[in-house]
Amino acid sequence: MSNPGTNQQGVAVRVRGLRKSFNGQEVLKGLDFDVNPGEIFVIMGPSGSGKSVLLKHIIGLEDPDAGEILINGESVQSPEVMNKYRMALVFQSGALLNSLTVGENVGLYLSEHRLKPPEEIARIVSEKLEVVGLKGAEDKLPGELSGGMKKRVAIARALVIEPQLILYDEPTSELDPLSAVVIAEEILHLKERIHVTSLVVSHDRDLAFGVADRIAVINDGQILTIGTPGEVKSKADALIQRFLHADFKREPTN
Amino acid sequence: MFQNIGEMVVLFWRTVLALPLAWRQRQKVFDQLFEIGNASLLMVCILSFFIGGVLALQTGPFMAERGLAGYIGGIVGYSLCRELAPIMMAILIAGRIGSAMAAEIGSMRAYQEIDALRTMNINPIHYLVLPRLLAIAIALPMLVVFAILVGWLGGALVASANDRIAVSFSAFFANVRDVVALKDVAHGVFKSFCFALIVGVVSCHQGLATIGGPRGIGRSVTKAVVNSIVLIVLFDYILTRLLQKG
Repeated sequence: MSNPGTNQQGVAVRVRGLRKSFNGQEVLKGLDFDVNPGEIFVIMGPSGSGKSVLLKHIIGLEDPDAGEILINGESVQSPEVMNKYRMALVFQSGALLNSLTVGENVGLYLSEHRLKPPEEIARIVSEKLEVVGLKGAEDKLPGELSGGMKKRVAIARALVIEPQLILYDEPTSELDPLSAVVIAEEILHLKERIHVTSLVVSHDRDLAFGVADRIAVINDGQILTIGTPGEVKSKADALIQRFLHADFKREPTN
Repeated sequence: MFQNIGEMVVLFWRTVLALPLAWRQRQKVFDQLFEIGNASLLMVCILSFFIGGVLALQTGPFMAERGLAGYIGGIVGYSLCRELAPIMMAILIAGRIGSAMAAEIGSMRAYQEIDALRTMNINPIHYLVLPRLLAIAIALPMLVVFAILVGWLGGALVASANDRIAVSFSAFFANVRDVVALKDVAHGVFKSFCFALIVGVVSCHQGLATIGGPRGIGRSVTKAVVNSIVLIVLFDYILTRLLQKG
């Protein structure tokens, strides 16, 4: 990946005919969509619909069976492209390295690639932790943090890269409503500040309709619809409407 | 099985290619060395002391009855440094350190920490495998030298304390000096270096190949230990044959 701070512009993502099977079961069934530079693109869908697998393909953790993913017109399957563009994935679990402190986790990219001197890394780590509301947590171990705090540390770790493309896998799951709002604000703030392209996978309707420029609804490995939040809300498709309006109502006992 | 062997060879080769980065990973190598020493030194002492003692106890009376008690130091010294210390320490390290390596890397794999490294363009071989392989390749030969010395001490104590053997401390070590050459110690150290590479590669490979959650980690740990021990015994024969010719 290129040095953080050299290019603050988001990248364009193009997915064409993406297919993937695991043990004979097709998880992605020919996905096609485009994400514009600097856009917040939310992919919504029920659990098991292939959302997380899609993110792993975009960041190069999985190879597709068919189809291609292009970043600014270049295939992500080329190692040069993965080195050329700064991309970060915020995992659903946080995926922090448990043997490292919070500060070491956040600064890992900079320290491992020797991009900054240690004092500068410490300053950047402190700054990014402050952004996610965890100032002073540098010396804590991931085991001492709640699920929500781990996720915020993971976001801070992603921010250190100064990404051109940031992928969020269920960023508000396991978070209390207040923390979820902080995360949503941070996603919007990043778009305004560094024009990062954001691809958010979530089934949190409040988050999706609150931050998205466009939304894709995915089910069973296929895209049902793509559009602005208003367009998606107005779709007549029964499956989309059921997903968007599913609500739990307790029956009165008496 | 052949796929596993192929993957391990590729992993070893990629780690060898990453050797120029070893200096950058020195802190992790020192941390691993400390872990290995801390986790195994006491057990190495106990194990090698009693191996030396039992060896003297088993062979001493038999030799004494035939008037050969004076050779007990040579027997214990020679067998410890050429065979018993390298293989016993390698098995100990496979169980104590190899299992820990497989468990740690396996849990990192299961909980997506390795995926997180890859998204940051950090090569897991450079970050995880290289420091562990280097540390174990340095530590095991050192532990074997230590084990040889402690084993001789155990043998000497039993030989002098046991009435049926009754070989003095000085007579025991005089015979060790007569029989054991520096070349014999070097053979043991060389074997232990090879065993260290086996334990390191097998354990790291099993960790990286972990699939699933806690059950997958458990499977990887078991496979790491069992496969390491099988390969150690197999390579022990091959290396012994080769070193005898040399």
